[in-house]
Amino acid sequence: MVENRPFLNILTHLVLIAGVLVVAFPVYVAFIASTHEPSAFVRGVLPLLPGDNMFESYGQMLSSGWKVGGTPPVWLMLGNSLIMALTIAIGKIAISILSAFAIVYFRFPFRMLAFWIIFITLMLPVEVRIIPTYAVVANLGMLNSYAGLTLPLIASATATFLFRQFFMTVPEELMEASRVDGAGPMKFFKDILLPVSITNIAALFVIMFIYGWVQYLWPLLVTTDEDFYTIVLGIKRLMASSDRVPAWNLIMATVTLAMLPPVLVVLFMQRLFVKGLTETEK
Amino acid sequence: MQTKRSTYQNRWLPFFLLAPQLAITLVFFIWPASQAVKSSFERTDAFGFKTTFVGLDNYARILADPSYLNALGRTAIFSISVTVLSMSLALLLAVCVNRVLKSAKFYTTLLVWPYAVAPVVAGVLWWFLFNPTIGLLPHLLDWFGISWNHRVSGTQAMILITIAAAWKQISYNFLFFLAGLQSVPQSLMEAAAIDGAGPFKRFWTIVLPLLSPTTFFLLIININYVMFDTFGVIDATTAGGPGQATMTLVYKVYTDGVAGLNIGSSSAQSVMLMGIVIILTFIQFRYVERRVNY
Repeated sequence: MVENRPFLNILTHLVLIAGVLVVAFPVYVAFIASTHEPSAFVRGVLPLLPGDNMFESYGQMLSSGWKVGGTPPVWLMLGNSLIMALTIAIGKIAISILSAFAIVYFRFPFRMLAFWIIFITLMLPVEVRIIPTYAVVANLGMLNSYAGLTLPLIASATATFLFRQFFMTVPEELMEASRVDGAGPMKFFKDILLPVSITNIAALFVIMFIYGWVQYLWPLLVTTDEDFYTIVLGIKRLMASSDRVPAWNLIMATVTLAMLPPVLVVLFMQRLFVKGLTETEK
Repeated sequence: MQTKRSTYQNRWLPFFLLAPQLAITLVFFIWPASQAVKSSFERTDAFGFKTTFVGLDNYARILADPSYLNALGRTAIFSISVTVLSMSLALLLAVCVNRVLKSAKFYTTLLVWPYAVAPVVAGVLWWFLFNPTIGLLPHLLDWFGISWNHRVSGTQAMILITIAAAWKQISYNFLFFLAGLQSVPQSLMEAAAIDGAGPFKRFWTIVLPLLSPTTFFLLIININYVMFDTFGVIDATTAGGPGQATMTLVYKVYTDGVAGLNIGSSSAQSVMLMGIVIILTFIQFRYVERRVNY
């Protein structure tokens, strides 16, 4: 701070507190709604203080789901989301780090072509190739499967670029020394390159985990079988039935449970999250 | 493009290393995209028996279609409002966090978590707050004589999706603005203060110009976000309605292709979207790569 201005300091804190409250408000209301009995939503405006029905709402959604709403138990959908997010995160990192290693540490024909093919994926988000990608997955018989849910989202130009960028900063001497000691490329990769990349891998993992968790359009297309519903998709199914049976406490309990895992990841791995975010988007 | 000073000599290994990424890219990205380009030049009859080549006819049709032009306009309004709203709020919060030294980390933690909320969930949260029968905000607005029903009013539906989409994006913009602010040299600020410039004058004449590369970068990223990642927000709240008031380009590709099964038109729309992404990516790499570090 350049100079001390008490009035401005107080104003700063007031703006920040207002900002934090506005950002948190919708989530607070959703959580409060999940703690009430269904009858609380019949007589007009929403309550703003917690009710006493919390354990019933969460218990019912976690254990048996909600038949009228047409969803399986929440733990099953949470499990599917976890499988999807982990597969996408690990898959993206694995295939990108291998391709970046090939592009940086080898000279071979068609190297530029390979790089451009990977680069093009940046320009083809799933939203612009919905129907033909669906056709490919359907022809391969991968509808309603974890492979169909994850494989089409797994190629990643950003992760490849990030690793390429990072490998370029790894000192030349590491590779030369390992080669003098008689280590081949894969031994160098496994014993030296992977360990020095570990922070980057972790940061990328946080971002890709969130990316996988919040996917919606793709699961909506390829899963019709309840057993493969992800939690984010399940919420939409619950919403669709809310006009008939407004069990808001159950819907909002599911919403809260759907937000919890990725938000906790961000809160507890904030340093890695910030690093991953600022480095992947460059 | 550079490699390392010394590289490995191996004929097959690099291809093995690249194989998984290239296989997935070819099967799930390049092939479907080329199919989209191909079917954008074709028309299939109502029973799906015969496919004929029609040249640019699908493009001519969508460009003459009022509902497509409407979606184009809605997307533009939506992109601009979300970008302006979330970037200005994020900048305000970042400037404030940058001023408080001791509690900066505390506030940052409380502001960044919405990044992890799925767009659909963001839509559901705000839709719940704005629900005409039980929502809190319509009751508040009622006091001011505003009757809120986003199922009837197209403008209100647009406001709803704008707020939901901007809310989720604040945390992202905030982190980049904060990083930008922290790289403004302290000596510059002190020199200006000695010359008698107050906090607001310093902000307008020093900080804001130094932030322009960050701002430009965020502008592109935000437009990209609004165009492609807000499908969930719209699907959870308004589903493109009322009428076509919140129909964006991506949502239209989905409704025409998946619900309407009009493959030719949907593919032509997809190809137009690819064009937009390519332009945005080009701008991002052409100008943002050279991001000036003062």
